[in-house]
Amino acid sequence: MHKLIPAGLVLALGLPVVAMADTAADIGALRQEIETIRSGYEQRLQALEQRLKAAEAQAPAVAVVAPTAVPAVPTATVPGGGTGGGANAFNPAIALILSGNYARSSLDPARYSLTGFALPANSAAGPFGRGFSLAESELDLSASVDPWLRGAANISLHPDNTVSVEEAYVQTTSLGNGLSLKAGRFFSGIGYMNEQHAHTWDFADAPLAYQAFLGTQFGDDGLQLRWLAPTDLFLEAGAEVGRGRGFPGSDSARNGVGASSLFVHAGGDIGDSSSWRAGLSMLNAKATGQALTTSRALGGPAGGVFNGRNRVWIADGVWKWAPNGNGTRTNFKLQGEYLRSTRDGSVTALADSASAVDGHAAQSGWYLQGAYQFMPRWRVGLRTERLDSGAVSDPDLSALTAYRPRKDSAMLEFNPSEFSRVRLQLARDRSRFGLADNQLILQYQMSLGAHGAHSF
Amino acid sequence: MSHFNFKLIAALFALPLTLLAGPADAALRVFACEPEWAALAQELGGNLVDVSSATTALQDPHQIQAKPSLIARVRNADLVVCTGAELEIGWLPPLLQQSGNAKVQPGQPGNLAASDFVRKLEIPTQVDRSQGDVHAAGNPHIQTDPRTFAAVAPALGARLQQLDPAHAAQYAQRQADFLQRWQQATARWSAKAAPLKGTAVASQHKGFAYLYDWLGLKEVTVLEPKPGVEPTVSHLQEVLATLKAQPVRMVVYAAYQDGRASEWLSKNSGIPVVVLPFTVGGSPAAKDLFSLFDDTVTRLLAAATAAK
Repeated sequence: MHKLIPAGLVLALGLPVVAMADTAADIGALRQEIETIRSGYEQRLQALEQRLKAAEAQAPAVAVVAPTAVPAVPTATVPGGGTGGGANAFNPAIALILSGNYARSSLDPARYSLTGFALPANSAAGPFGRGFSLAESELDLSASVDPWLRGAANISLHPDNTVSVEEAYVQTTSLGNGLSLKAGRFFSGIGYMNEQHAHTWDFADAPLAYQAFLGTQFGDDGLQLRWLAPTDLFLEAGAEVGRGRGFPGSDSARNGVGASSLFVHAGGDIGDSSSWRAGLSMLNAKATGQALTTSRALGGPAGGVFNGRNRVWIADGVWKWAPNGNGTRTNFKLQGEYLRSTRDGSVTALADSASAVDGHAAQSGWYLQGAYQFMPRWRVGLRTERLDSGAVSDPDLSALTAYRPRKDSAMLEFNPSEFSRVRLQLARDRSRFGLADNQLILQYQMSLGAHGAHSF
Repeated sequence: MSHFNFKLIAALFALPLTLLAGPADAALRVFACEPEWAALAQELGGNLVDVSSATTALQDPHQIQAKPSLIARVRNADLVVCTGAELEIGWLPPLLQQSGNAKVQPGQPGNLAASDFVRKLEIPTQVDRSQGDVHAAGNPHIQTDPRTFAAVAPALGARLQQLDPAHAAQYAQRQADFLQRWQQATARWSAKAAPLKGTAVASQHKGFAYLYDWLGLKEVTVLEPKPGVEPTVSHLQEVLATLKAQPVRMVVYAAYQDGRASEWLSKNSGIPVVVLPFTVGGSPAAKDLFSLFDDTVTRLLAAATAAK
């Protein structure tokens, strides 16, 4: 482009000179010159055509691409091939996740409680509702915004005919130096499972520790900065600030930051067959007027209002194995996370709003799970989990009983293709003091449209 | 107490920063998705490039995960060379997104899709997943025809010159040298494999369209009922019936595939099986691009002789 401008200037300056050469001799000379140039070009064109024909005959399967000094940068192909052109050619990649399940449980899910743990009033914790149900289905859209940004949105369709925005964010693609900035609503990068969408998990439900400390899965409205170190070892650090929209935050609509987090991840390969990733994360959330409910060991719910700070530490690790790194036939995946949550502040009992007392709690939990593909299409998995309520010291959440919930799950998966899955999951859930809930979940998860990402 | 905590947290998260090695490596770092492009980049770049391949010949290039080691390598790459044509659609986009490397994003000089420079075969007229793992852009397994490399080498060579202009003359010279040796070798392979022309074959996966096109082999049937779908017993029975009516000389599969279906068919029909390296490293003999095609042609000829 910048070469065209001087060329145009020369042409514009040259034109009056040509106009002045109006003698017949000059015109004749010019005509001759043009004729020579034209015949020269015709000859060269013919020669090129012949060479092209010869090349085509020689290599019928291979397109002839003139080896230019600076190759044309190929245009990105549109996934799904919108050949219609026009406005539709720029449509984002669209994927639809369809999911449904059948659940049965020996105890009533409506009366679920996680003994020893205070959960937010609108908590999604607990087993799936009984019977047939549409499970979380979602619509995913993503595309480049311009040469510097890409955008993505995940619209979640819930069984109760409501729609929610699971994620909707823009992300830089051109900062370089291993940096990327994300803005909008997104799942936090803390832990291992938190950032993944539920339909890519190896079990139908979130681990108890996620349900107790992260409100099942922590997503926020805010900013995320990630930096990838220029090392051979995968080394990533990230920081997030947000409004603290969901538990353990309390969406307090303040000017400042409601929740912030930091995380580091490291990873690599061990030979051709194994790869791993490990991480350490911390989530800080402010709680203002956070309504918490607890359950008595025997009897109805109790609760209080918490003002203070929630902090969650997560240590996570995942190890994957496949013979020669080719997981098509058999592969194995082992993952585990340890979460520790602390609550510091004051609690006002719902029953007695006049009294506010110092509240402090330190609670923890972990899960460990393995999934093994023993033949193409078939996988089995086991998961074991524990929670520890610690010594409960919130006087006004005194309905809390020190308890150690536990749960064990087994699953069998049939994947007809990369895009479809049917899963049977059995679990024995001892979340409730003195009671064991036997659960069965049969579910399908399908994806159609744009090809999903093979995330680690 | 809280002051102490802050220091501890800051120290924990700053730890990775101190581990930064950052060696000032002068060589152009090339990240190839598949071994064949790593081999081509090595031919054209010699010791001016530092090449690594994301996959080996024993891995299915459709089914790779965006694992941490690959993200780290893309992060540090100056040039990403892949097949394109949706072969890496499941794992290359997440790698590029997570790399934080602006130089190698699609459309940048540091991103090259080899299939952009090759005429694709088997472009489906209709794209629907009921047809299995079809690629809208056509069959992506372009590396089974040596003429592919003659078409991609000038594009890759030009890209190396563009990214590393200080050594442009050396790249140009290596490229000319490679293309000359490659034309000679291609003529040699074509002549050697001439007796194979018109030979009927069965393949386990539709992975050899370009090889068959080059050598004039005829694909009578495919063991996978749909691309990317594991052969089933009932479908193999159908294949067996087809082969009775239309006999083939050999059953072909690639080194990364599980050969059980091909072996079963061979046992029940007496037709010899040939395992092709498919890419560099797929057999002990296929050490570089030249020996890859030496070995491929040798194996095909051996199977054709055995079938007589």
